[in-house]
Amino acid sequence: MRINQRKLRSYKEFLLVLPFLVVVAIFSYFPLYGWIYAFHDYRPPFPITNETFVGLKWFETIINNPVRTADILRVLRNTFAMSGISLAFSWFPMVFAVFLNEIKCHPYKKFVQTVTTLPNFISWVLVYSIAFNIFSSTGAVNVVLQNLGWIDKPIAFLKSSDHVWFTQWLWLTWKNAGWAAIMYLAAITGIDEEMMEAARVDGASRMQIIWHITIPSILPTYFVIVMLNLANFLSNGMEQYYVFQNAFNMDYIEVLDLYVYNMATSSTGAYPLSTAISILKSVVSVILLVVSNTASKLIRGEGFI
Amino acid sequence: MVKAADLKHRRRMKRSFSDRLISVITYIVYAIFAFVCVYPFYYIFINSISANNLSDQGKVIFYPMEIHFKNYVSVFKIPGLLNAAQVSLARTVVGTICTVMVAAFLGYMFTRETMWKRKFWYRFVAATMYFNAGVIPWYLTMKTMGMTNNFWGYIFPMMVQPFYIILCKTFCESVPKELQEAADIDGAGTLTVFFRIMLPVIKPILATIAVFAAVNQWNSFQDTLLLVTKDELYTLQYVLYQYINQASSLKALVSNSTNSAQLAASLAHAATATSIRMTVTIVVVLPVMLIYPFFQRFFTSGIMIGAVKG
Repeated sequence: MRINQRKLRSYKEFLLVLPFLVVVAIFSYFPLYGWIYAFHDYRPPFPITNETFVGLKWFETIINNPVRTADILRVLRNTFAMSGISLAFSWFPMVFAVFLNEIKCHPYKKFVQTVTTLPNFISWVLVYSIAFNIFSSTGAVNVVLQNLGWIDKPIAFLKSSDHVWFTQWLWLTWKNAGWAAIMYLAAITGIDEEMMEAARVDGASRMQIIWHITIPSILPTYFVIVMLNLANFLSNGMEQYYVFQNAFNMDYIEVLDLYVYNMATSSTGAYPLSTAISILKSVVSVILLVVSNTASKLIRGEGFI
Repeated sequence: MVKAADLKHRRRMKRSFSDRLISVITYIVYAIFAFVCVYPFYYIFINSISANNLSDQGKVIFYPMEIHFKNYVSVFKIPGLLNAAQVSLARTVVGTICTVMVAAFLGYMFTRETMWKRKFWYRFVAATMYFNAGVIPWYLTMKTMGMTNNFWGYIFPMMVQPFYIILCKTFCESVPKELQEAADIDGAGTLTVFFRIMLPVIKPILATIAVFAAVNQWNSFQDTLLLVTKDELYTLQYVLYQYINQASSLKALVSNSTNSAQLAASLAHAATATSIRMTVTIVVVLPVMLIYPFFQRFFTSGIMIGAVKG
């Protein structure tokens, strides 16, 4: 009787959770079934049937169709450039936090931290709106530069194909750096104060303390961030690039995620190809995740999954 | 204490020139960072309350000129904007409540060792953090489920968030087991234990999750872009994006919505594409700004959301 009751309870508890498991199944697992569209000649609104099955045709298109291949290579170049720049400058929030911690005037430190974190909480649309307003032909930047006499006529900053990768990194950093720094600030708080004190008594300069105590102490945190960056190397997301894209910067701003979306929405019948690219991307991403997690296990002794 | 004061004194004496130089440079560099983060908001705000003909010509740079607040009245007269604000507000409130309650409930249930195949179902949920089927398969699924052009399309897909569930689960595990066991022995049902005992105890983590879920809902743009074509379901973010990218249609909108009385008003108060863009931007930023002071105490617990281990 007792055992039966316990079993009953365990099923009852499962039933309570079941509705939410169904939600997960529908919105996260069921889309995986949609991968079959990549193997069909799918033209909405016609359903897929046995006749529409085309095997690996769409995957072959990526390699065999010169236009598609050029597109993919261009998009991959952009993705690698954007992720590469992010990775190359991933130390920035750490250094930002280290020197912010050196500010001894507490209200000032708090102020800087507060205002640099704020952009993290606004959407990319708002970031774009701000960029548009500040850098438009009558925006603050152009007006000030003209008043200083540095330029004769307004520069179309956003409608330009120059330095797209770098400016996009700047916007990303403007939005995220303050927030990313908080993690390091928390790690710095965890450093043994006595160690610092001892170093000071021994006459270490501030730079020496930073270099020999602070930075080594927060390197493990940095390492995790780098590994996460690596795992997400192909996934820059599309929102930032979607809002900033225009006819002028398209060749440089279109990353993989955005390309998949743009292709699916622009030409009809691009659903299967778009899905095929999504599949390839997912496979590579999972491999990257496993590799960086294994690297993390080997070096740090623990993974992040 | 004496020793600490003594040490501090000695340290000050010992401060070398280079240390002080670093101090000065640090202060200046961070002042620049702060300026870069604050000025854009300030710039758009002063423009939204300045004379519209001046803001349109880029005359307002450092301080507001000919202050007026008419823009904040006139933007809400643009067809669709008030509705978009309501949609944004509704999805933020409903979405946040759903996300938080689901995170609390599942987080708690996944600590119940009695649950059938608990570990498996927990992994079933947590695993969804690491894969993504892609935009098109997701869109087609949403379409099949009737979630396109549907308010619940904003709520359901974001309802079960593995990150938040893991946070809640970790928090529940730190609650003393005796608390639950006492209730279990008294014969309280699973739901009673959850609502009466666990929910009040895990409030701190729920507050953190609520703040982040609310910001996510308010800021969400991509789901409107993918799922919604009916304008009565547009959110503020989406409407703002349209205003920025369709300056010409915005001008038509302005001339349509300005009635004769407004036309008679001086140029300083007649809406321009610039004034609308800036004012709507402030309207969309404002809610985030208003609750921002309350964020700060959640920062440290919030970064756990990003650095959590499954």
